[in-house]
Amino acid sequence: MHKEFLMGNEAIALGALAAGVQVVAGYPGTPSTEVLETVAKRKPKDVYVEWSVNEKAAMEVAAGAAYAGARSMVTMKQVGLNVASDPLMSLEYVGVKGGMVVLVADDPGPISSQTEQDTRTFAGFSKVPIFDPSSVAEAYAMVRDAFELSERLGSPVFLRPTTRVDHGYEAIDVLEESEWEHRTPEGFVKDSSRWVIFPRLSTANHAKIERRNQELSKELSASRYNFVTPAAKDAGKRGIATHGISYTYVCDSLPEDARPSILRVGTPFPFPEELARDYLDGLDEVLCVEELDPVIERALIQVCGKYHLATRIRGKLTGDVAPSGENTVESVGEALRRFLKPGSDGPSRSAADKAMEAPQLPIRPPVLCAGCPHRASFYAVKAAMRGKKTIYCGDIGCYTLGNARPLDMVDTCLCMGAGISIAQGVYRVEPDTTCFAFVGDSTFFASGITGAVNAYYNQANLTIVVLDNSTTAMTGHQPHPGIGRTMMDEVVQAVSIERVLRAIGLTTVETVDPLDHVRAVDTVRRVAQEPGVKAIIFKSPCVVLERPLGGCAIDAQACVGCKRCIRELGCPAISLADNKAVIDAAQCTGCTLCKQLCPTKAIHTIGDKTAGGR
Amino acid sequence: MTDNVILCGVGGQGTVLASKLLAASAMDRGLPVKTAETIGMSQRGGSVFSHVRIGEGAASPLIGRGRADLVIAFEPAEAARQLPFLRDGGTLVVSDRPIVPVSATVGGPAYDLEAIMAYLRKSVKHLVVVDAQRAAADLGSTKCLNVVLLGAAVRAGALNLTPQDIEGAVRRLVPARFLDLNLKALNWG
Ligand code: SF4
Ligand code: SF4
Repeated sequence: MHKEFLMGNEAIALGALAAGVQVVAGYPGTPSTEVLETVAKRKPKDVYVEWSVNEKAAMEVAAGAAYAGARSMVTMKQVGLNVASDPLMSLEYVGVKGGMVVLVADDPGPISSQTEQDTRTFAGFSKVPIFDPSSVAEAYAMVRDAFELSERLGSPVFLRPTTRVDHGYEAIDVLEESEWEHRTPEGFVKDSSRWVIFPRLSTANHAKIERRNQELSKELSASRYNFVTPAAKDAGKRGIATHGISYTYVCDSLPEDARPSILRVGTPFPFPEELARDYLDGLDEVLCVEELDPVIERALIQVCGKYHLATRIRGKLTGDVAPSGENTVESVGEALRRFLKPGSDGPSRSAADKAMEAPQLPIRPPVLCAGCPHRASFYAVKAAMRGKKTIYCGDIGCYTLGNARPLDMVDTCLCMGAGISIAQGVYRVEPDTTCFAFVGDSTFFASGITGAVNAYYNQANLTIVVLDNSTTAMTGHQPHPGIGRTMMDEVVQAVSIERVLRAIGLTTVETVDPLDHVRAVDTVRRVAQEPGVKAIIFKSPCVVLERPLGGCAIDAQACVGCKRCIRELGCPAISLADNKAVIDAAQCTGCTLCKQLCPTKAIHTIGDKTAGGR
Repeated sequence: MTDNVILCGVGGQGTVLASKLLAASAMDRGLPVKTAETIGMSQRGGSVFSHVRIGEGAASPLIGRGRADLVIAFEPAEAARQLPFLRDGGTLVVSDRPIVPVSATVGGPAYDLEAIMAYLRKSVKHLVVVDAQRAAADLGSTKCLNVVLLGAAVRAGALNLTPQDIEGAVRRLVPARFLDLNLKALNWG
């Protein structure tokens, strides 16, 4: 044992390695990404790790490994679980041999996601048992127990941290590498009555799963992850039920000697019913402090009904806790105050709140980096299509940020890979609209290819614009099939997006550097005119990954203050001072886009390290 | 007792490394530490913050409003944004160099630096304003603002840590080729 200062996701990775995990697959997505990255960084040689093309593939890889008796883990964010739900729903019926942990990171807020879905609810739906940690240390401990439970039940098991646990840091005790488990899997044993899903198998196994989960609920009532802390103070027969990070907010809001009894639920499914029944018995009122869905609240209401208890269950369903959004120290503190001391005053406001009205503050949404090639790509399409009736269907990635003013080039964004098919649907209703679908390289592999085949086969008329920056940028620059490098550090044959598109049947597929503005605009004009499905690949590396060494500067004498560079591009390196545009040398990458735009040629490249000398 | 520190700024300014340095310094003193980081979309030039809680008794890694003892702001508007987290009598260390977001130049709410600085001066008794321009000129780099600010915070007595504590962490966590620069930054001002 030794202490390490770890991020929740790092702790989960180390916990899995300590439990002898042998195969780890996943698809990047905030807040889950660092789990797999840490496995790759810290793993012994014989552990296999991969970024799969999407979560469905990752789930299947992990399932196959578990069929062969190895311990495996699959990692994703909550929306990734939607993609992986097809294999998972069936996998629960078929089962596994080696322990398999499905790590799904939820994102209340949402902070970096499309939805606020709660994987605890998904657990009940899919019948897969789930662990819900409150801290980094607990996440580390839970991984191991999740593997053991999974193996014992022959069922995949969820581990579901939320952002604040994933990205929280704590110094925790971890096992030495020499203490990690080493396992020799039995290998895959052929048995079609076990591994081939047919209605007969499903009927039999469904009944078994329901029975198993009922028994498991009893067992989990005694689990160390479900516990009651007795009241330190007579709280008038009132109690609090909570989970996850909210449990820590409860603890921080109430001094230890002022706490009523607390039920902390660490395995919301199967729900520890007997523990809850004993807890509720004798209490008049319980406040459920939950983030996202009222999972515990509903379960407690059910327990009250089943056992004829008169306890009043309060929470989201009674309007005592906000029905959506991320909980905070304040929101939890407020809910507790209203519950425990109704009629009392709220906390006194801080000095800053009282002092004076804050001045209006600028808003600071995330933006494309200075020099980001996506800006150039969007701008080229915008310039080429000026005055035309168009729709720009976007997708998931850094390039979603192309929606902001002044670019304003993302009209739709739904989910991974949706842009192409959405454009197809719009085209069917509005054939006179020039339809564009922007898709990143990683997203193209994740689920853009099916959309491309569908559009081509079904005779759509649209332009696929692949924004190929040779990485998965938004989640922190992971490799993908187009790059020619794997997470095992092998150099492999890269999958060519251009050749994939041509193999589908597209005859017009043009690759162009978006930072060469004139050529890029020309290409867009030409390609968009062609009939059917055609594609442009804008190829230029992400500037965070391949930091160019050049820079541009503006000659204050020559700048006439027309603001064209600012109004058109919105590059964060350019701002206005004394009615002249100025470039922040610390941010500028010398991409030259603004230089190509300036009507008075006031912008020039400085230094000898230019980015291509355009 | 817990020391609650919030570091805030704009994605890309190096708040995460600063919070790591702070955490490492505290751990060297044998103190328990919990931190929470902004990782994700906001790192692309959005508002970011780190919460650092040093000492016994912190259950959650996050700090409630009005409960931070110290706010270290890498940017004035972000200081104003996080100010409601500062407790009565808490200390604010702020860099005076604004980073004007694109939104302010293309029709969004304007960036009024004077009004923001006046607000900070009025609201906070223990205020340390760091002249980022001068620091960058003296040090020949804008890249070590995070360490400059940490140094200023320690010298202001806002932390139960000494400059030596931070120096130890800098020596361990900063890559060798930037070490001299960062040590100078720590003692700048
Ligand atoms: S060259 Fe112009 S557009 Fe490109 S990064 Fe520098 S300031 Fe921004
Ligand atoms: S990280 Fe890369 S792809 Fe994302 S905005 Fe920055 S330059 Fe563009």
